[in-house]
Amino acid sequence: MLTRRSFLQSSAAAAFAASAGSARAETPGVTDTEIKIGQTMPYSGPASAYGVIGRTETAYFKMINEQGGVNGRKINLISLDDGYSPPKTVEQVRRLVEEEKVAFLFQTLGTPPNAAIRQYLNDNKVPQLFVATGASMFSDPQHFPWTMGYNPNYQTEAHIYAKHILATKPDAKIGVLYQNDSFGKDYLIGMKDALGAEHAGMIVKEASYETSEPTVDSQVVTLQGSGADVFLIVATPKFAAQAIRKSFDLGWNAVRYVTIVSASIATVLKPAGLEKSKGLITATFGKDPTDPRWKDDGGMKEWAAFCAKYLSPTEFIDYNAGYAYGAAGTMIQVLKQSGNDLSRDNVMKQAANLKDLELPLLLPGMRINTSPTNYSPIRQMQLSTFDGESWQLFGELLMG
Amino acid sequence: MMSGSSGRQRRGVTLAVLACAIAFPFLASGYHLYQGAQVLILAIALLGLNLLTGFNGQISLGHGAFFAIGGYGAAILTEKFGVAYWAAIPIASLVCFGAGFLFGFPALRFGGLYLALATFALAVATPQILSYKGFDAWTGGSQGVLLAKPHAPFGLLTADQWIYLVCLFCAAVLYWAARNLATGRIGRALIAIRDQPIAAETMGVNAALYKTTCFGVSALYAGVAGGLSAIAVGFVSPESFGLSLSLSFLVGIVVGGLASLGGVLFGALFIEFVPNLADQLSVNFGESAKALPGAIYGLLLILIMAAMPTGVAGALRFAARLAAAPGARSS
Amino acid sequence: MNEFLHQLASGLALGGVYAIMALALVMIYQATQLVNFAQGEMAMFSTYFAWKLMDSGWPYWRAFAATALISFVGGIVIERLVVRPFAKAPVLASVIVFIGLALIFNALAGWLYGYSVTSFDTPFSGRPWLGNVYMSAHESGAVAVSLCVLALVYAFFRFTPLGLAMRAAAQNPVSSRLVGIRVGWMLAMGWGLAAAIGSIAGMMAAPIVYLDPNMMAGILIYAFAGAVLGGIDNPFGAAFGGFAVGVLENLVGAYVVGAEVKLSVALAIIVAVLVWRPSGLFGRRLVARV
Repeated sequence: MLTRRSFLQSSAAAAFAASAGSARAETPGVTDTEIKIGQTMPYSGPASAYGVIGRTETAYFKMINEQGGVNGRKINLISLDDGYSPPKTVEQVRRLVEEEKVAFLFQTLGTPPNAAIRQYLNDNKVPQLFVATGASMFSDPQHFPWTMGYNPNYQTEAHIYAKHILATKPDAKIGVLYQNDSFGKDYLIGMKDALGAEHAGMIVKEASYETSEPTVDSQVVTLQGSGADVFLIVATPKFAAQAIRKSFDLGWNAVRYVTIVSASIATVLKPAGLEKSKGLITATFGKDPTDPRWKDDGGMKEWAAFCAKYLSPTEFIDYNAGYAYGAAGTMIQVLKQSGNDLSRDNVMKQAANLKDLELPLLLPGMRINTSPTNYSPIRQMQLSTFDGESWQLFGELLMG
Repeated sequence: MMSGSSGRQRRGVTLAVLACAIAFPFLASGYHLYQGAQVLILAIALLGLNLLTGFNGQISLGHGAFFAIGGYGAAILTEKFGVAYWAAIPIASLVCFGAGFLFGFPALRFGGLYLALATFALAVATPQILSYKGFDAWTGGSQGVLLAKPHAPFGLLTADQWIYLVCLFCAAVLYWAARNLATGRIGRALIAIRDQPIAAETMGVNAALYKTTCFGVSALYAGVAGGLSAIAVGFVSPESFGLSLSLSFLVGIVVGGLASLGGVLFGALFIEFVPNLADQLSVNFGESAKALPGAIYGLLLILIMAAMPTGVAGALRFAARLAAAPGARSS
Repeated sequence: MNEFLHQLASGLALGGVYAIMALALVMIYQATQLVNFAQGEMAMFSTYFAWKLMDSGWPYWRAFAATALISFVGGIVIERLVVRPFAKAPVLASVIVFIGLALIFNALAGWLYGYSVTSFDTPFSGRPWLGNVYMSAHESGAVAVSLCVLALVYAFFRFTPLGLAMRAAAQNPVSSRLVGIRVGWMLAMGWGLAAAIGSIAGMMAAPIVYLDPNMMAGILIYAFAGAVLGGIDNPFGAAFGGFAVGVLENLVGAYVVGAEVKLSVALAIIVAVLVWRPSGLFGRRLVARV
């Protein structure tokens, strides 16, 4: 293992030999007028719904550039398509690092693509900032000091649900619907973790689905048949909407939890039926643009103005676009903090030194904090329940 | 069958391509070497599929499954059992041969479309089977497996150069093997079974044996490619082997030219580089058009088929005939 | 028992959609011996068209009829412009063109309408039909529509001159040409009808699975499996196959192997059935002439 790493470092050194001669050897991708950063996005292929994240971030940096950039430098985001296929991700990331010579990577999307490039980027000491996935493996500063997550990881969120279930319904029988990939399984692991060995029996039934399946109706029927009285829905928006509707249509009186990925009012609850969504519980960190309660909120107005100028109404209601807006804002803060020292070392250091950063779309009171031992920028979440019209926050800010 | 001069020409072209391919690692950057390795890996998989579909007429929409077995086989053998990569790839591809040979038996019962469905089903089911929790201990479930990069012997070359050369070696050997298979007695039998199955049987060709063995050999090629891919990428996960991989293999052999062994190189270049091209072109349609690389790729696909319905190899053959025709008249 | 009936009902409801889709595949297969892999994405695109019409205030059935009609014309146009030029190319070249078409429609829909799911209206509302508490009104309606489509397809081929001409053109193009049938146009008609039938499948599926650019990908897989299972040269067989696949998949997932591998097992069962009956359950046995 050790020999392999040192070997790769030496080959990386060869790769950077070209830039070693110049005065800016320690700051690839940076000139006095520009900073070049890179990312991979699934613009084509099965996960193309997430391409909106890259488009929103490109638009955000365009806005920043029109306002003069950061410290006089324009931001040049090179966003490449990887089709959500790890071999392609590796290829594109090597192009970004070795050919385009970007300063660092920002919001590369997806668990498998990020898993495929993490070792390479750490070996070469290229920051892999704010990866766009909630897998817990990307917040591990001890082993991978150059890789940082962004959103609350899936396991943390699952812990919050488990604790809430234990506190409110200690004799619950839980049925879980989950997507059969690393996203769904991470929640399942988190749930089992938090319940612990003594409550392991509380999960009476697990049912998975594939994204290639047309519906999850059959799984919901199975879960209801198991006698569960708590229903945890770990699904992407389309399947979550189906599960919410089906569980209501079946007359199943379970307490229903839905994950943050699919808690959008416009794109999940409305298709499912607002009446049918009553009583849902979720944990959240952001303001839902389609929730009427934020209509007059300052941050929300900012987001609306941004969408009107740079994007479209489709993006305004898209959960992923709002998410990208926050990530891009965090990135700008890191660049501002880095000042004129945009070396990879310093950018990584500043990314791990965010203090009480507030963002327009974060819930009131919620702040972003990082440190050299804390690589999870957003850790807080708050529970809320749906009253048929908007999400009502309850309880205090929680940290899994 | 083939005149002496065109045979010599062909050998000349083959040697020239090989010479370029050998010189490449000493001129190109690590990134381009990675791309080069990907092209060679795809070409190996396409060789296998072309033996099956082009020469033997058995369509497969599921070769991604065998590619996955090769990839996971190599990953599990190297990472969980400590087998060296140069031993792991042959072992994994032998497993693929077995799997392909066995799959060839039900395939005997199916004609064109039904075989397409059966293999399509295989491709659809692959990611699900790979992430099945019963196999988690070996496959890492949906997390996948990370692989160490192999060293060059004595540290003479960088890892990228070495991996590229290993891929080139495998590709050259497998090309040579495929060439011998396809142009000899066996190749004639395979083609006879494709074009005149009943006549072939009455001539005493054991069609069943040929067809199942062909399936096995084809799967073996896909397995070698999958194993090399796992090592070159350093990572396998169910997402690496989705339905689109199987479909891109089919695209590759048709674009390259059915039943053309040299054509696979063009097919491999197409599936490696045209998606990147589509991504770059999409920028020209405005910022919101970042959603379009899929559509541009589709369009390029249709255009190239319209321009060369028999693939690049067919078009080259046609061009060569045109060029040769006037000369033939004057002599 | 209650749960079992629910599983059966939800399988039948989706099976109805598979059945319509399978009929669309049969249309093109009968004419050209090819399976159109772009059929699903074409149907999805038609469904977005219907959604746009309803969004701008059209009543349901008018939008429904307009969509089917436009899809019919669109199918003919695609056949003439994109598919026809490959009539003499190798069969697999056409397959590649279908893959290209599918990619184009999918990405285009994502670009035009975004990837968020949208709800889609249904004309069937109110209380469950005939006291059938296991299906929603729309699900019952979808099953009824699929049976109607099947009946219409049957009647079209059996009793109308055009239908007969299409069958003749498909089975014996040379003789058909001799008796004055314009074979080329018959193929285009096949594409038009397939596109129209596909659009109906899309409009029946969308209220169940929600409208989004990837809506039909899974449905096409099952419809393909259903069509082959029942026998793709036979509309009845294909429709039966569609229903069978819908039910089979649910029951396998619920009672045999669990949801995690139900897709693989359902597909394996279909392949096993095909080993037993290589031309599908109701397909014609092909006898080779020596």
